[in-house]
Amino acid sequence: MDILSILAESTRSALGPIAAIYALAAVGLNFHFGYTGLLNFGQVGFMLVGAYGVGISVAVFDLPLLAGFAVGLLCALVLALLLGVPTLRLRADYLAITTIAAAEVLRLVYRAGFAEPLTGGVYGLQNLSSGFRALNPFDGGTRYGVGALAYNGNHMWVLVVTWGLVLLMVGLTWMLMHSPWGRVIKGVREDEDAVRSLGKNVFGYKMQALVLGGLIGAMAGCMLAVYQASIQPDQFKPQVTFFLWVILLLGGAGRVFGPVLGAMAFWFLMTFTDGLLKGFGSMGWLPFLSGPDYGAIQLAFVGLLLVVLIVFRPQGIIGDRKEMLINVK
Amino acid sequence: MSSDETNVGVDRMADAEPVPGSAKPDPILVADGVRRSFGGLTAVDVGHLEVQRGTITALIGPNGAGKSTLFNLLTGFDRVDGGRWTFQGGAVNGKSGHRVARAGMVRTFQLTKALTRMTVLDNMLLGAPGQFGERMAGAFLRPVWQRQERENTRRAMELLERFKLVDKREDMAGSLSGGQRKLLEMARSLMTDPAMIMLDEPMAGVNPALVQSLLGHITSLRDEGKTVLFVEHDMDVIMGISDWIVVLAQGRVIAEGRPSDIRSNQQVIDAYLGAQEETAEVGGSDDD
Repeated sequence: MDILSILAESTRSALGPIAAIYALAAVGLNFHFGYTGLLNFGQVGFMLVGAYGVGISVAVFDLPLLAGFAVGLLCALVLALLLGVPTLRLRADYLAITTIAAAEVLRLVYRAGFAEPLTGGVYGLQNLSSGFRALNPFDGGTRYGVGALAYNGNHMWVLVVTWGLVLLMVGLTWMLMHSPWGRVIKGVREDEDAVRSLGKNVFGYKMQALVLGGLIGAMAGCMLAVYQASIQPDQFKPQVTFFLWVILLLGGAGRVFGPVLGAMAFWFLMTFTDGLLKGFGSMGWLPFLSGPDYGAIQLAFVGLLLVVLIVFRPQGIIGDRKEMLINVK
Repeated sequence: MSSDETNVGVDRMADAEPVPGSAKPDPILVADGVRRSFGGLTAVDVGHLEVQRGTITALIGPNGAGKSTLFNLLTGFDRVDGGRWTFQGGAVNGKSGHRVARAGMVRTFQLTKALTRMTVLDNMLLGAPGQFGERMAGAFLRPVWQRQERENTRRAMELLERFKLVDKREDMAGSLSGGQRKLLEMARSLMTDPAMIMLDEPMAGVNPALVQSLLGHITSLRDEGKTVLFVEHDMDVIMGISDWIVVLAQGRVIAEGRPSDIRSNQQVIDAYLGAQEETAEVGGSDDD
């Protein structure tokens, strides 16, 4: 077992396209939960409509990539309104239940037989990234970067665009949260009745936050579609949402860079435990387990690490413990 | 209107009859037939109620009399079964909480709602009305809202000075004591520049040393021309500072009047004061 190569591979994954896509979706979730206090347990639903917006536009209707992004974002807008109008006037838990169900319903509808002409059913859609690659300034055949941190030209292009979008959205978060708008949003998180009593339209603010975070989630879905060049409905299972929650809490909810650091740390840990388990396995230290069990053990190990984190650092990597504990009393 | 009547003991309600539903010379709030029931229980059933502008009006009543429910209804924080009420001449019944607040009728809460994970100053600034930067698109135009922000900060600092919270401005509101939170909530509601301020049990859970200071703040609000309507339990407090007292029992207004009228009102004593009389010796029970 080569611990150095495992560490290198983990770092590669922490900076890779999937980490960037999760970071982007988590930035959206940070708007929902971190700042506004909305319990959105269906962020994967926004990713799904974003990804299929690109997929259906490009693969079925032969539209340009940009139109696909627009369709994806438009679908997210509609989804946010559909979720928000009936639930945002109610207590927070209603949104939680509605979002988790809606995301799962969306996945089942998109994979259903009757939707196959559009969505490709269980097989999904393929050949989605030619438009994206046509814009690629990098050479697809060359590798960029050094040593283990080298990516081929196509992945490099995805990386640059996705991390670019992450930075853009982080900048947007900073701008908005350091404005009077952000102050109202944080006020809503603390106590919506108090904010209402000061003459602010709480429903309107919650809706704006839900839409904004949903659009960012859809953006992540769009990037997932062009990165993989294909999408299947079953990659949008509820566990994606929970990975995003883990990322947000790991990094620090309500912190501008929390989701970014969280995504990097999360994918580093995932790859690291995976590499470690395989290493142990190849040395014969895990006699009762075979290859397929490693995945489950890996998740359990990550879960354990997270429990330790929540116990010893509940505020996340960059959260403020003092601020966090104020609410506990 | 009462800026020249700052001395204590002036009867600001000289023209009003001390009977339930009596007409006031210059009412700021007029409510008619306000009803709310929870299942079979009628929590509030107020026939007619007027609140005189520029006075301190206390709303009292035994536990479960419907004081807080009436508060919630009037401020748009609860849905009413029936009735209408006007504030400064305009109908506000059926309006949602934030619209009522914008109309100039601002409330506080029985369980203080400080926005705990925000600084004291941010709590204050949140109260300022008509902020350009509170619109999502406006938030990006930093130079435009920063001018407004400076003006609002100046006003917030004045209020914090007045409520003796200025040294705490950078602290999280959650680190304040219970009494300080009450002060902050009152100061924050003043940031909206209301015509009427509704205080839901402002003295609850406040240490006695701070009660005097809170009372001082409430009277100074009136002396600035604001109308104060408050719910309170402490009899001494109510008798000391109120210009007018409205007594609720089982959701109805059973009596209205100056503190001296209420002290001697047998119905009130039976419904509410009676029990207190035996322990607290408020006095005035020799009416019958």
